Amino acid sequence: MDSLIAPLLNGTADGALLLIAALGLALTFGQMGVINMAHGEFLLAGALTGYVTQQMVASTNLSILLALPIAFVVAGALGVVLEATVIRWMYDRPLDTLLATVGVAMILRQLVLDTFPSQGVGVVTPDWLDHQLDVFGYEWPLRQLFTILLAGACLGALAAVLKFTSFGRQIRATVQNRALAETLGVSTRMVDRVTFFVGSGLAGVAGVAISLIAATDSTLGTKYIVSAFLVVVAGGLGQLKGTIIAAWVVGVSTAFFTDWTTGSIAQVIVFVLVVIFLQVRPQGLFTVRTRGLA
Amino acid sequence: MITRLKSSLPLLGIAALALALLVVAPAVLSDLRLNNLAKYCCWAMVAVGIGLTWGRGGMLVMGQGVFFALGAYAMGMHMQLESVGDGGIPTFMILYDPLAPLPAFWEPFRSGVFTIAMIVVAPVVVASILGFAIFKRRVKGAYFAILTQALAVALATLISGTIKYTGGDTGLSGFTSFFGYTLDDPLNRRLIFTITATLLIGCLVVVWQLYRSRFGELLVATRDAEERVRFLGYDPANVKLVAFVVAAVMASIGGAMFVPIAGIMAPKSMDAAASIFFIAGVALGGRAALFGPVLGALAVGYGQSTLSEQWPGTWIYVLGLLFVVVTIALPGGIASLATRGAGVMAGLLVGRRPSHRKAASA
Amino acid sequence: MTGRHLHPDALLVRDLSVSFDGFKAISGVDVSFAPGELHFLIGPNGAGKTTLVDALTGLVRGTGSATYGGKELLGLRSHKIVRAGVGRTFQTATVFEQLTVLQNLDIAAGLHRPAWRLALARRGVPTAVEEALETIGLSELRHRPAGVLAHGQKQWLEIGMLLVQDARVMFLDETVAGMSADERAETGELLRRIGRDRTIVVIEHDMDFVRNHADVVTVMHAGRVLAEGSVAEIQANEAVQEVYLGRTVKGSVDA
Ligand SMILES: Nc1ncnc2c1ncn2[C@@H]1O[C@H](COP(=O)(O)OP(=O)(O)OP(=O)(O)O)[C@@H](O)[C@H]1O
Ligand SMILES: [Mg+2]
Repeated sequence: MDSLIAPLLNGTADGALLLIAALGLALTFGQMGVINMAHGEFLLAGALTGYVTQQMVASTNLSILLALPIAFVVAGALGVVLEATVIRWMYDRPLDTLLATVGVAMILRQLVLDTFPSQGVGVVTPDWLDHQLDVFGYEWPLRQLFTILLAGACLGALAAVLKFTSFGRQIRATVQNRALAETLGVSTRMVDRVTFFVGSGLAGVAGVAISLIAATDSTLGTKYIVSAFLVVVAGGLGQLKGTIIAAWVVGVSTAFFTDWTTGSIAQVIVFVLVVIFLQVRPQGLFTVRTRGLA
Repeated sequence: MITRLKSSLPLLGIAALALALLVVAPAVLSDLRLNNLAKYCCWAMVAVGIGLTWGRGGMLVMGQGVFFALGAYAMGMHMQLESVGDGGIPTFMILYDPLAPLPAFWEPFRSGVFTIAMIVVAPVVVASILGFAIFKRRVKGAYFAILTQALAVALATLISGTIKYTGGDTGLSGFTSFFGYTLDDPLNRRLIFTITATLLIGCLVVVWQLYRSRFGELLVATRDAEERVRFLGYDPANVKLVAFVVAAVMASIGGAMFVPIAGIMAPKSMDAAASIFFIAGVALGGRAALFGPVLGALAVGYGQSTLSEQWPGTWIYVLGLLFVVVTIALPGGIASLATRGAGVMAGLLVGRRPSHRKAASA
Repeated sequence: MTGRHLHPDALLVRDLSVSFDGFKAISGVDVSFAPGELHFLIGPNGAGKTTLVDALTGLVRGTGSATYGGKELLGLRSHKIVRAGVGRTFQTATVFEQLTVLQNLDIAAGLHRPAWRLALARRGVPTAVEEALETIGLSELRHRPAGVLAHGQKQWLEIGMLLVQDARVMFLDETVAGMSADERAETGELLRRIGRDRTIVVIEHDMDFVRNHADVVTVMHAGRVLAEGSVAEIQANEAVQEVYLGRTVKGSVDA
């Protein structure tokens, strides 16, 4: 029993982390076709925000809660700056955004390396999260439940914004038909910026959660970015449910394969599985169909 | 007259580069610098292939490290076995487990012929399978780029995690001889440089022929309007596949030569970061141009080994900025400046307007 | 519907249907396209004309059957259909803008060459390409990048590409739309010339052009074939007048 429960729960928690990271990516990739390779470093920015907040606020119990909104704003602001300085020049060249943001990611990573201790920093888990839950005999760290709840909250908030607010309608209109949205008076520039803010901000939130689980050093972003992208790709663009399922499947299957083999082999297997999956469904799980030759 | 001249210019350029690498460089450079130059030549071979796939084919390959590794590890295993002599077992394996026999897949690499065959065959097989799967299903653009990068990450992780078979993160090293030639002898090292530079020139000649052939035109057509090509009766997947496989072989050969030159092969020479580093020179030099990738890669290679030794951090900033600035301001790389200049010149001569503006933006 | 006799080299479409996520863009279309006559496909916007051609050229999946030269086209990949001799142009002209007129044609001529010959550079101009340049009247512009051509010239280039790839059946989607009166007249001439021994199907909205050049007209409406026959027959057809032309003023057949 234990051998099934542990990877299932751990994997679900990892999947939840991936989901928060991938949601932001799916938003910017889906809406603008922008491939932001610096998204991983935005995760790192979130994790570091968690660390810095902890240094400033004496109570670790409180600091984590404070860090979440602050990280959202910090990473979001980074996103807006990135959009305004780099990405806006190449909306018609999506592949180039990929390369340019690779460069940005390198710079950010080096900045972190130069500013923070190179061996990384540790974020202390607050007391109220430092417990275990007994699930069928498996001592499940409460932190993991926290990440799952956090992912649920992010998802709920995002879905609500997309569905019920006029801004959400503008985003969806822009995704479906940019030109038409423009003629209907939607300021797509503004929508792009806000989308970038939200998408990047989500990375910040994910970063705080990651800092509770993994060491926060300059390689944190690199570890997550490719998996997060695979989740987005496998989930398909245009619908959140694909991303959710893909994140969960990737998280859980990685956990199981890690259990059966080793961490590195597991990662390889999961990558290969995603590639095979894309053979079957090149557009991912769910897609909004469009017409056209190109 | 002018067209004649124009069509022989690239060959003259290749000849000039050959002269510079094969005659001038050995004459003026110290052993150490020549060895460094040999290393840049290996990276440049990878870059030439990236120019073919990305510049002409529009496929941004972010995982050439995979093919670099295929060649490099094939060569590394062979040289490792050669260094320990007949029936010997590499030191790292003995350290790991003194009693373990040589893994079965190592055994054939005792043979030099087999090794050389694998350096070519392995990338062909892997790239064909991968490319066939990816291109037939019409996976392209960013999806393709991400998938290739994921593969580089996966392979690097796999190698790091299988210390027993591959040496893990420390990699393969401690080579003493290269196909019977001892590596201690500076003369032999010069020979290795000559082989490498010749292979690089060979790669250039291959892409030169591909670019001027009908295949080259078809590749550009596929890059710019893939679906349209289908309606001319070609399967664009096959067109892309050929470019992808050729690039893979070039990366593999580059990787193979890298091993005797660098004296070590480890995952960090082929992981995601290394794969991106391979692209840097291509972007800088000009992805769609014949000479852009080579010259760019040589320049970036030089920058890497000079700057990164003294100020490693600064080099990363430079490289990062290079990506940002070049993609924003100069997507055609430095070569596009040259073509633009040449276009203006030709325009003055022939009275036509240059039409290269969008050539590299795809 | 006139009882046209079946030509042995005709492209036969039987009970063709196409649906997009439940929406039937084409339902149960029967039609045949025979060589030697200019066959026009007309119908209001959204009638399914382009979708019909898409289905016949492998761009969308259809059910039913479409045979040409003894081959079932449905289910074949687009490039296989082209190799079977069925070519098309697109509603918005799509040529390779970076390549010259000559290169565009040369690439189109390539499907009959053995694959390894692709590795060689082009030497001289193949006769088929030279002839096509002549036929479409772009000989003078052969070294121009296709991107700088005028709209009409691009359409001609596309027809030229079909010629060199030796398409026996050509679907031309709104080829003369956006052309000047002179260009239209020239295009009409061109189609007559090349249509003698080929099957040419033209999708068109301009009734003048249809009247001047059509041998056979098929009218589509809401995914079905509404009527088929000569121009006179179509103009006399009440169903056509009602759903297609009758929406505007009566007698707008001449508009
Ligand atoms: N890929 C698609 N997905 C969904 N609906 C489609 C798709 N392609 C076509 N349709 C629908 O099928 C119907 C037929 O379209 P089609 O383009 O074939 O019409 P058409 O006769 O060519 O019109 P036009 O004269 O405007 O070119 C239209 O209602 C169109 O909206
Ligand atoms: Mg149409």
